[in-house]
Amino acid sequence: MNVAVAAGPDLDTRLRIYRMMLEARRFEERAHQLFLEGLVKGTTHLGIGQEAVAAGFAAAMRSDDLTFCTYRGHNHTLLRGAPAGRLMSELLGRSEGVCGGKGGSMHLTWAPAGAMGSYAIVGAHLPIAAGAAWAAVERGTEQVAVCFFGDGTTNIGAFHEALNLAVVWDLPVVFVCENNLYMEYTPIGSVTAVERPAADRAAAYGLEGVVVDGNDPDVVYETAADALARARDGGGPSLIEAVTYRHGGHSRADPGTYRPDEEVRQWLARDPIPMYRTRLAGAGASEDQLGGVEQSVESWIEVAVEEAKAAPEPSVDSIATEVWADGGSRWRN
Amino acid sequence: MAELITYREAVARALAQEMERDDTVYLIGEDVAAAGGVFKTTPGLLERFGEQRVRDTPISEEAIIGAVMGAAMNGLRPVAEIMFSDFLATCWDLVANQIAKTRYMTDGQVALPLVIRTANGGGVRFGAQHSQSLENWAMSVPGLKVVAPSTPRDVIALMAASVRDPDPVIFFEHKGLFASRGEVPDGELVGQLGEASVVRSGPDATILALAAMVPKALQAADELAARGIEATVVDLRCLVPLDTRTILSTVADTGRVFTVEENPRLCGWGAEVVSIIAEEAFYDLDSPIVRITTDHIPLPASDILEDATIPSVTRIVDTVTRSLD
Ligand SMILES: Cc1ncc(C[n+]2csc(CCOP(=O)(O)OP(=O)(O)O)c2C)c(N)n1
Ligand SMILES: [Mg+2]
Repeated sequence: MNVAVAAGPDLDTRLRIYRMMLEARRFEERAHQLFLEGLVKGTTHLGIGQEAVAAGFAAAMRSDDLTFCTYRGHNHTLLRGAPAGRLMSELLGRSEGVCGGKGGSMHLTWAPAGAMGSYAIVGAHLPIAAGAAWAAVERGTEQVAVCFFGDGTTNIGAFHEALNLAVVWDLPVVFVCENNLYMEYTPIGSVTAVERPAADRAAAYGLEGVVVDGNDPDVVYETAADALARARDGGGPSLIEAVTYRHGGHSRADPGTYRPDEEVRQWLARDPIPMYRTRLAGAGASEDQLGGVEQSVESWIEVAVEEAKAAPEPSVDSIATEVWADGGSRWRN
Repeated sequence: MAELITYREAVARALAQEMERDDTVYLIGEDVAAAGGVFKTTPGLLERFGEQRVRDTPISEEAIIGAVMGAAMNGLRPVAEIMFSDFLATCWDLVANQIAKTRYMTDGQVALPLVIRTANGGGVRFGAQHSQSLENWAMSVPGLKVVAPSTPRDVIALMAASVRDPDPVIFFEHKGLFASRGEVPDGELVGQLGEASVVRSGPDATILALAAMVPKALQAADELAARGIEATVVDLRCLVPLDTRTILSTVADTGRVFTVEENPRLCGWGAEVVSIIAEEAFYDLDSPIVRITTDHIPLPASDILEDATIPSVTRIVDTVTRSLD
């Protein structure tokens, strides 16, 4: 099924979504720059180009809903409400980082806002999200768990185990496949038995196969709102395939040269942020409103970057903390 | 008042005790509800606590472990059963990469109060994929607590402690002990993780054992006594946290140490314990430490072969006698 949106969200919501996408974009651009400056170590997996999925969902979710995402999770963690300065500090390995420098780019968590982790072993978080949804049912909290993952993840066992369990137990969980056409360097079509990696598997679990334009945040928002409401009302899980594209390579080590030039060109022309700006301008947003959002995001990111750069380095004493609930790491008496 | 019950009955009694006390305690696993477990360790729980709290799952070990992890993040204290510990290999990502590391990687934001119970160990002629002693797998991963009781009383006390523990616990129930009996007192029973038990005292040697090796070590100690060797037997009960204080103090008392380990030789729990003794109690030792383990082989199925593989009472007696000569 292809979902088309007639009306779309109201202008306030759309401006909020526009701001979210811009925040995500600027955050990751700066993260990349800080990487090139040698301040972000290790690796990064940017979601530049995929912001509409994160923003559309984050705008539609309730504040106590739970997000589970992947190593490509800066956007999701940020847009659920993690403080930008502390998120950037985490990428810099500083003590003020959301995980005290113990997580890093691939493992961002901000539990106070329901960002319940970025998972870097492909597929692991699908059953975990189902479990969080199970607890929500048992505790009667009416929370929904939303689980984002890539197209490549549809070929690992945990995907299938989680979908089956979620359906059998009727759990309030929304599985969102961000189909960016590649699993690492391999085109998804060349390693997958069906054409639509997520949607074509839905029938096996009695679910509707939903494919949406993952670069259209209005469509994502409406689809999300629908799936969230259904889950909250006891209607069980959904599986949504949002087709999108990452502008860069898989990770900072990958220039992405395996992708045909024409394909890259076409998708860059469908960059969700300028497309959305044009739509909002046509839907009654004034230049002042749009420019206001843009200016405000520019200063917001400067503050976050400055905060991260100024953040103290972690004390090595913190190495041995938080293995156990008593705060320490002792395994013997 | 005390009552004589089996190790397998103790499992259900422990779970019932905790589920009665705390309505956030849930139990899930393959055939745990209607069937009462393939080892009949959970009968009656479904009838008593209802199908919401005692729930059968598909054959989906990753989903089972993922589900308890996610549920523990969101307010439950779930217990998962993995039917045979060997099956942990199919969901080891969830156990070792996710559950064990979550508190640390989130710098304490996310707690995971959950228990993974699993039937462990050999002696039941099931062959190499349904008989392993895998405590050392869990022991080698920072962030997991590891419990392996040897008596019905400890099953209850340590299960209660595990369910109440704020950290993830892997609870190894020994298949070979399910039918064994022991006394348990009436009323609530709650133990403490990380406390070894000195189950027999003697000045001549310390025998360190775990789970099904404890009754064998005790029987060996009786036979050794008939030969004039009085041994101390320590039931470790818990590998993480490890009660090194009790271990080291019995070593100081006897000066001779033997481990009895059901696991294959390399990197068994005894290797770690022995290295601690060597580092911290070397000058208390009167002779080299000896590890009595299964050879470094998969476990064969045939009763004759299996019995010749796992440390036996005779092997313990002979090994101790020879090295004290
Ligand atoms: C179990 C496992 N296998 C392999 C990897 C290495 N790996 C990391 S990301 C990735 C590609 C995943 O592709 P997809 O699910 O489409 O997500 P995307 O990176 O496109 O967002 C691979 C193979 C891993 N992290 N975990
Ligand atoms: Mg992909």
